Amino acid sequence: MKKVFNRIQFSKIIGLGLLLFSQMITVSVVAQDAADGASVDGDPAKGKQLFNQNCAACHALDRKMTGPALANVETRLAEEEGLDKEWLYKWIKNSPGMIASGDAYANKIYNEYNKAAMTAFPTLSNEDIDNILAYTAAPPKAAAKPAAASGEAVAAASTSGISNEVVLGALAVVFGLLVVMLILVNRTLRRIAEANGVVLEKEQEERLPIWKAFAKNQFLVLCSVIVLLLGSAYFAYSWMSQIGVDQGYAPVQPIHYSHKIHAGDNKIECKYCHSSARSSKHSGIPSLNVCMNCHKSIYEYKGNPEGPSAEDLANGYTNEFYTGEIKKLYKAVGWDEENQKYTGESQPVEWVRIHNLPDFAYFNHSQHVTVGKIECQTCHGPVEEMEIMYQYSPLTMGWCINCHRETEVQLADNGYYKKIHDELSKKYGVEKLTAAQMGGLECGKCHY
Amino acid sequence: MASNKKYWKSEAELDPNNSIVETLKQNEFAEPIPVDDFLGDKQTLEESSTTRRDFLKYVGFSTAAATIAACEGPVHKSVPYVVLPENIVPGVPSYFATSIADGYDFASILVRTREGRPIRIENNDRASVMGNANARVNASVLNLYDSKRLQGPLAGGEPVSWDVLDATVKAKLNALQGSGKQIALLTQTYASPSTEKLIAAFSEKFEGVNHVTYDAISEEAAVIAFEKMYGQRALPDYDFSKAELIISFGADFLGDWQGGGFDAAYAKKRVPKNGKMSRHVQLEANMSLSGANADKRVPMNTANQKLVLAKLSGKLNGVPVSGGDSAVDALVNTLVAEIEKVGKSNVVVVTGLSDVNAQTATLAANKALGSVVIDVTAPRYIRQGNAAKVNKLIADMKAGKVGMLLIDGVNPAYSLPNAKEFTEALSKVDVSVSFSYNQDETANAVTHVAAVSHYLESWGDVQIKKGFYSLTQPVIKELFDTRQFQSALLKWMGSDVSYYDFVKENWTTNILGEGGNFNKALQDGVYEMPETNVSVETNVTEDAAASDEAVGAVSTLSAALRALASAKVEGMELVLYPKTGMGDGKLANNPWLQEFPDPISRVSWDNYITVSKTDAEALGLENYNVANGGLDGSYANVTVDGVTLQNVPVLIQPGQAKGTVGLSFGYGRKDGLQEEMQTGVNAFKVYKGFNAVQSVSISKAAGTHEFACIQLHNTLMGRGDIIKETTLKDFNTKDAHEWNPIPHVSLDHQETLVTSPEVDLWESFDRSVGHHFKLSIDLNACTGCGACVIACHAENNVPVVGKKEMRVSRDMHWLRIDRYYSSEETFEQDNEKKDGFSGLSGDNGSLGGFGELEDPSVNPQVAFQPVMCQHCNHAPCETVCPVAATSHGRQGQNHMAYNRCVGTRYCANNCPYKVRRFNWFLYNNNDEFDFHMNNDLGKMVLNPDVVVRSRGVMEKCSFCIQQTQSVILNAKREGRPVEKGEFNNAVACSAACSSGALHFGDVNEEGSLIAELEHDKRAYHLLEHVGTKPNVFYHVKVRNTNEA
Repeated sequence: MKKVFNRIQFSKIIGLGLLLFSQMITVSVVAQDAADGASVDGDPAKGKQLFNQNCAACHALDRKMTGPALANVETRLAEEEGLDKEWLYKWIKNSPGMIASGDAYANKIYNEYNKAAMTAFPTLSNEDIDNILAYTAAPPKAAAKPAAASGEAVAAASTSGISNEVVLGALAVVFGLLVVMLILVNRTLRRIAEANGVVLEKEQEERLPIWKAFAKNQFLVLCSVIVLLLGSAYFAYSWMSQIGVDQGYAPVQPIHYSHKIHAGDNKIECKYCHSSARSSKHSGIPSLNVCMNCHKSIYEYKGNPEGPSAEDLANGYTNEFYTGEIKKLYKAVGWDEENQKYTGESQPVEWVRIHNLPDFAYFNHSQHVTVGKIECQTCHGPVEEMEIMYQYSPLTMGWCINCHRETEVQLADNGYYKKIHDELSKKYGVEKLTAAQMGGLECGKCHY
Repeated sequence: MASNKKYWKSEAELDPNNSIVETLKQNEFAEPIPVDDFLGDKQTLEESSTTRRDFLKYVGFSTAAATIAACEGPVHKSVPYVVLPENIVPGVPSYFATSIADGYDFASILVRTREGRPIRIENNDRASVMGNANARVNASVLNLYDSKRLQGPLAGGEPVSWDVLDATVKAKLNALQGSGKQIALLTQTYASPSTEKLIAAFSEKFEGVNHVTYDAISEEAAVIAFEKMYGQRALPDYDFSKAELIISFGADFLGDWQGGGFDAAYAKKRVPKNGKMSRHVQLEANMSLSGANADKRVPMNTANQKLVLAKLSGKLNGVPVSGGDSAVDALVNTLVAEIEKVGKSNVVVVTGLSDVNAQTATLAANKALGSVVIDVTAPRYIRQGNAAKVNKLIADMKAGKVGMLLIDGVNPAYSLPNAKEFTEALSKVDVSVSFSYNQDETANAVTHVAAVSHYLESWGDVQIKKGFYSLTQPVIKELFDTRQFQSALLKWMGSDVSYYDFVKENWTTNILGEGGNFNKALQDGVYEMPETNVSVETNVTEDAAASDEAVGAVSTLSAALRALASAKVEGMELVLYPKTGMGDGKLANNPWLQEFPDPISRVSWDNYITVSKTDAEALGLENYNVANGGLDGSYANVTVDGVTLQNVPVLIQPGQAKGTVGLSFGYGRKDGLQEEMQTGVNAFKVYKGFNAVQSVSISKAAGTHEFACIQLHNTLMGRGDIIKETTLKDFNTKDAHEWNPIPHVSLDHQETLVTSPEVDLWESFDRSVGHHFKLSIDLNACTGCGACVIACHAENNVPVVGKKEMRVSRDMHWLRIDRYYSSEETFEQDNEKKDGFSGLSGDNGSLGGFGELEDPSVNPQVAFQPVMCQHCNHAPCETVCPVAATSHGRQGQNHMAYNRCVGTRYCANNCPYKVRRFNWFLYNNNDEFDFHMNNDLGKMVLNPDVVVRSRGVMEKCSFCIQQTQSVILNAKREGRPVEKGEFNNAVACSAACSSGALHFGDVNEEGSLIAELEHDKRAYHLLEHVGTKPNVFYHVKVRNTNEA
């Protein structure tokens, strides 16, 4: 549906813009405050970068993960354990060494966290560590504000949604009124004409009505019946041929998994999760342990820095919503967040299968992905933009065949094709063979 | 035509006046669509309460309902692993090496698993001993998914937990200490070093342990004879690839004789190389696989076999044996002459007679010959049953001396001849535990039942032959709450060690020795102990038998031979035998095996007595075909020593020795089997004293039995040259076009070779580019064992149709092994035969000889011919399909798109080879066909790469295109050309064929064996004159008729 621009909405957008502007000002003020309050000699901005690169896999600032929470770790150690920065330098650069040397607190921490030794970071300089510590000492306070803003935005967005309908309704009423008015005007004019004695031109004399003329001409009737039948047959055929074609099928899944966030925003390679697409007929729905490779440390959704878009908010895709979906994953895989342990009680996720090729069609992902070097998007569409996964292609035989006719065989560095391609291309007199010329249209290649 | 022989599949075809045979020849589909069945006759139609209007209403309503229902597609769920096991990639098969050792079948095998489910058994080519899976072993994977499996332990028929059972058994074991009562173990033959060690440890821990080994089908006579001569309870091993002449007295060594597994070596020597092949003489009563493959087969009752054997062995050992007439002497003299012709050491004499004297006579004969075929230094351990001990145990049980009985791997309440006595004695045992797979006869008789794991769920090891070890490993977690016997023993001994650890410990310390790697052995599945490690204790007795003992040996031998020669015929002889498909009946609940047609009789879903035509006529027994092609037969009552088997179906078997009848083991089981599988009669009831030969009286019983015999199905419409055969002499001396002629056709009144392009209707395509698959079938190497049939079944999700459908020739086997009988049919050959008569009786005697001239079925020659889709390059089926559902691929395969097929069956009508199979019904998810495709458990065996066909479509052999495609894909993915020989084991039948009869490959592959085979002078195509240019070709069967 196209948006109808009118004045009311225009003013609303200006209002919303003003509101956001004022919010931004407050946020930056808060951030400045925090930076001012920091008492550590280090650059928290650089520290944040380093932290995300090196530490975030196992540590968070405000919660226990594989390792302890690190907010104000320097102060905490100094106050509670009496350990200075030097200890921290040593620990970060060579924690296994510290444990081996029998350092009391090092061993305590080691035992407390399931004897999982922290990776040694000998490459980090003292300055780097200072930066990281500066970052840990400056906990980000801004998190709460955008949430409030988003709340308002939701309200704004929902009002705009309502206004659309109101505008449409109003338009319809106006149209109706116009029609009524035109009829009234017509009638009034006629009446005036009658009253004035103007004789309206009478219609021409008693011509055979067109439908009667049509009915009398049998040839015309026959022709139109044929045309009509052919037309309806065409429509019936095209309607029937879409039976069982589930293009656009986007079922509700037990966990709201967003390909947009994973493949789009975070640019995760498709085959990182769908690894068997390289070697098997199935692309495979990733097992939950693959999810946990990342989600062990990504326990909440922070969204993009500008906050959720209006559209997302309209759909209810708030950060809390996504975080809730991550918790569903934890439940399914049996991950105890508190203790950072697997409970062993898992509930396999029953995904709704979207791409259902019939049993009588054999399809092999590895042939297309590894051998044919075809991008996943060619068949699956812009997955990186799909908030909800849907079937992009019709998956009909015609669709397969067309592609086989058009696609050239990927010969580069493939020893298998060398001989057969030389011989076949000579036979067909072409430079490069298509999959079809290679035998990709034979029934038995896909049906057995 | 190559030879002047007439081939026939069924006795009925010999009768020129048999109208049914004629009708069947003309009809592709024996049974018309049973319109009457579902429409009924006029009367019922009129009486029906459904009017025409109602009917139309129903049709309209159901059409509308179906349309509405079709609007919304079903929702498919996809459930991924929570934690993906490291070595599993969904969609990619994994292979594991393991071994089957169920007490009857022993083999090292590979198991193919998909997503953790075992779906196929394949041969383990790293095993040098018994690395081949026979038909039963191929099918055993389906038993894993048996819906009638016991799913947990029982006590008094009620399900209990293992803890309860453990507690009961442990308490009883302890209570029995010092009571003087026995703790008896009645088990199968394990031949397992670890199990033996475990049982020894068990006997140490508890006093009064008595381990009794029991084989349902005994080879004890051979074991005792071997023990007497070589001092070890074992069986000699044979390497038939070294034999120039094999003389067999009723030993079906291509079947299950002494554990089987000899066919690969046998076949090696049966393919003529440099003008030479082995010669095989078989003297036997029943027509066995070995007899069918023999060059010379003499039907003979067992008493005469014994006499001939005694005389032959006597002659070779210099011990004179008297008895018998001149015919017997003539036969023995021929045999001796033949032996001398090929040179003594290349000869082997074997016997299947369950008689210690007979076994001693063959061992002595082989010793005298200095045979290199027999191996007595590294014997086989796979039959250890001890009948005397079993009988002692039953006596002890009766006397109340047994406090506890543990039974594993055997079903004595079914398979003992005195089963009733056993079950009665069982009631005197306080606690009896049977490790049963089904709720079988024994499970019903014991106090406690321990649900036992399948071998694909178990650990274990086996020493099939001295120095040759194999490992068994689980390829799937126990599907149910089951446990293997060994684990239970360990638990009851109070040990915390798992059986896996026990086996591993035993292997690392006792078997592998220095530098041995358990994981390597596990990966290979087999381990051969280096020669030096194998102790040579067995030779001690032999070497110590110096001159003084030799005298004694000779005197015992002469006594044995005298006893043997004095064997007399008492009435009819019943010769019991195991059937290729069923063995000892352990796998009876397996629909693949039930439906597997016997290689000889082509009967499925049954056992029966086989009688000769003469005896049948004398007894008034008959076989006849009915209009739909089904075979009907009389019933007979079979009485052995007071025990009568009622209503045993009768099958007239060409080649059955006069005065003998055959009956197979393994059938007639009832308990724990699905109703459909409760087929046949139990022959164990008449297996008195574990002797396979019994004196029997037969009388006709009332009624007619309906066989599911497929021998008259798919007849070749009188096109006789389907089999080509020749003699070794002709093969060596004559030009190939004499014994393997290429047919001519008339082109412009000129005789032209059918293979020349100008007589062809079709334009030929250039097939030199890419792969071109062909399959070579050597009729000389094919023993008819049927492993390929089951392998094809498993690989291609071929449905089981049941007895009723089999009977009306609706079997779905994509690959069938046709069995042809033949005899000389021309006057010329008859005259030759008549001139060759010498004497009145005997092999060349006129007495029997004239009879044979009258009746070709007395002793026919047999040929096996596996037939599957021939993948014709000019395929007649393709041109008649109205919807182009079957078409040709560039790689030579004839494709079949099931989803395109509308079921006109034109293709089947136009196929000259009768290899297309029609799905008359929906064979999956259909209660009418309640086999493995009708339950979720059984469906786990299905191959996910092959679609399960629906009703109303044609199907046929695809040349396992899913496997050739996967080989190609693997190469493509790795970016390399397909390696040499990579295709050879792609198709299931070729991979399963241990004898090398079937060989698959790409003829465009440089230097491939298949290209070489194609140009062999023995190669020919089926029905070449039709001009179909098949991609399957056969090799002319050569018979070694060179007599001395």
